[in-house]
Amino acid sequence: MTAERRDLSVDLCGVRLTTPVLAASGCFGFGGEMAGWVDLAAIGGVVTKSVSLESRRGRPTPRMAETPSGMLNAIGLQNPGVEAFCAGDLRFLADAGATVVASLVGRSPEEFGRLAARLDGEPGVALVEVNLSCPNVEHRGEVFATDPEAAAAVVRAVRRATGTPVLAKLTADVTDLVAVARAVMDAGADGLTLINTLLGMAVDTGRRRPRLAAVTGGLSGPAIRPVAVRCVWQVAQALPGVPIVGTGGIVTGEDAAEFLLVGATAVAVGTGNFVNPRAVVEVADGLDHYLAAQGVSSPAELPALFKAER
Amino acid sequence: MTPVRELCEVLERRRVGAYHALTLVAPGIAEGARPGQFVHLLAGQDRSFPLRRPFSIHRVERPGAALGTVEVVLDVVGAGTLALSRLRPHDVVDALGPLGRPFDPPPEPAGCLLVGGGYGTAPLFFLATELRVRRCRVDFVIGAATSSRLLDAMEAKRLGHSLTVATDDGSAGRRGLVTDPVGDLLARTGAARVYACGPMPMLAAVSRVAAAAGVPCQVAVEEQMACGTGICFSCVLPVGASGGLEPSPAGDRGSSEVTRMARSCLEGPVFDGATIAWAELGLPEPELSR
Repeated sequence: MTAERRDLSVDLCGVRLTTPVLAASGCFGFGGEMAGWVDLAAIGGVVTKSVSLESRRGRPTPRMAETPSGMLNAIGLQNPGVEAFCAGDLRFLADAGATVVASLVGRSPEEFGRLAARLDGEPGVALVEVNLSCPNVEHRGEVFATDPEAAAAVVRAVRRATGTPVLAKLTADVTDLVAVARAVMDAGADGLTLINTLLGMAVDTGRRRPRLAAVTGGLSGPAIRPVAVRCVWQVAQALPGVPIVGTGGIVTGEDAAEFLLVGATAVAVGTGNFVNPRAVVEVADGLDHYLAAQGVSSPAELPALFKAER
Repeated sequence: MTPVRELCEVLERRRVGAYHALTLVAPGIAEGARPGQFVHLLAGQDRSFPLRRPFSIHRVERPGAALGTVEVVLDVVGAGTLALSRLRPHDVVDALGPLGRPFDPPPEPAGCLLVGGGYGTAPLFFLATELRVRRCRVDFVIGAATSSRLLDAMEAKRLGHSLTVATDDGSAGRRGLVTDPVGDLLARTGAARVYACGPMPMLAAVSRVAAAAGVPCQVAVEEQMACGTGICFSCVLPVGASGGLEPSPAGDRGSSEVTRMARSCLEGPVFDGATIAWAELGLPEPELSR
């Protein structure tokens, strides 16, 4: 099926990806779950569900609510902890030949640093992604990614602890995204992942209750794609040359092309995997068709071909 | 067997009491499907990006002489099930399946009590058919709020050695809960296995009665689900640390230190009723058998 496909490979922070289409964190399990649906070695990469130092049980149910063109979730970062991750999921992914981006989550810069140190040199980890959309226990539970200083402190701690390229994943729930992006780049990040889910809420009017047990949750899916594309565009304009992984509501190859045109180096498919377990493969195939139709030989050429004026 | 994605033609949709039965041409899914497993359905190509809806498999025709079909039963509860209920023959449904962990049949022919609540009775017909092939005696108890919400009582009568019916309003069978006669039936039939599917409070009650009688009980749960493939972590429920169908040590139940959140799409939807931490779901715990 892919025999005639053009070379879709891209360079992301010095790492060669077979295609620019990754599976997004939290939307592909720990990777092994999908081995029966996609060839893990042939996709751009797997960004794992976020791992913490200790195991986390996650939130009570309901954890998910369908919303127009998307969904809300409040999973609560359920994961088995970094030791079980390294012994099980990471080993499986490495053996399967996957390009692994390990997503890290902690409650303080120090925890992030310890996680990065634990994963440094683990075979199979090509990049680490720092999940900054989680509460900072040292600052009244405020989310790291909403404060340039707190976000930078996490990235500095990770940078010191690892030689692996570091992506900082940011939220669009801020007034000045560029300021946060600049702060984490100055702190030593190699690239950015834009964007995490948007904070949302939905109400069961019949029962007069929130639809999620956690009350609020992260909005994802095609509903947020225009926000995500705008964020990539703004940051790419302000910080030219910074590698960006664009994510938010990608379900087709043309959706991926939107992000690449406005300056992303790669993209990640999230919620799309929940409806189509082969979405990562089909988005890459769709991107290939798009490039063919546009007469473009490589995904890396797309940003230069974008015409900002209507 | 590895699940597949199939674009399925609708063969038939018919009303079954308050429900709709949908038969799909799905040879790839039908081939390896086992009772207790589910299909994850998406109706139509919609720009509004609907999520899939999970349905346990009600009936299967294996491909061969037949086309290879799977049948599900759906209750219209929202926009997703409404769209599916409006499908007509030759429409196309996007299906993933067979997904999840099936019921575990007894290793030797044994008496089996099948307990179904509402449209949750659906997978028990598929199960009864397979149990009979394995020379197991099958006794049915089915219940619902009212008679129109009983699923296919005549079919249960045909497949089972006996059928007991209970409705909340007494409009069919005995008045009361489907769980009320379970204890007596276990004693009378000498069943060695209980299989149940229905609402969570019913499954908790059946697990409790079975545990008190010392009879292993498998329950198929219905949890809200996004992906069906193990990647979204929405459909979790608390289970004893040993989890799955292995009985957990007595002291392990109910305490959050030793339970963990299991994905019902991967580790279930069939669980050993004794491993589910019902108390954490706000439901009574099974009593320990002696």
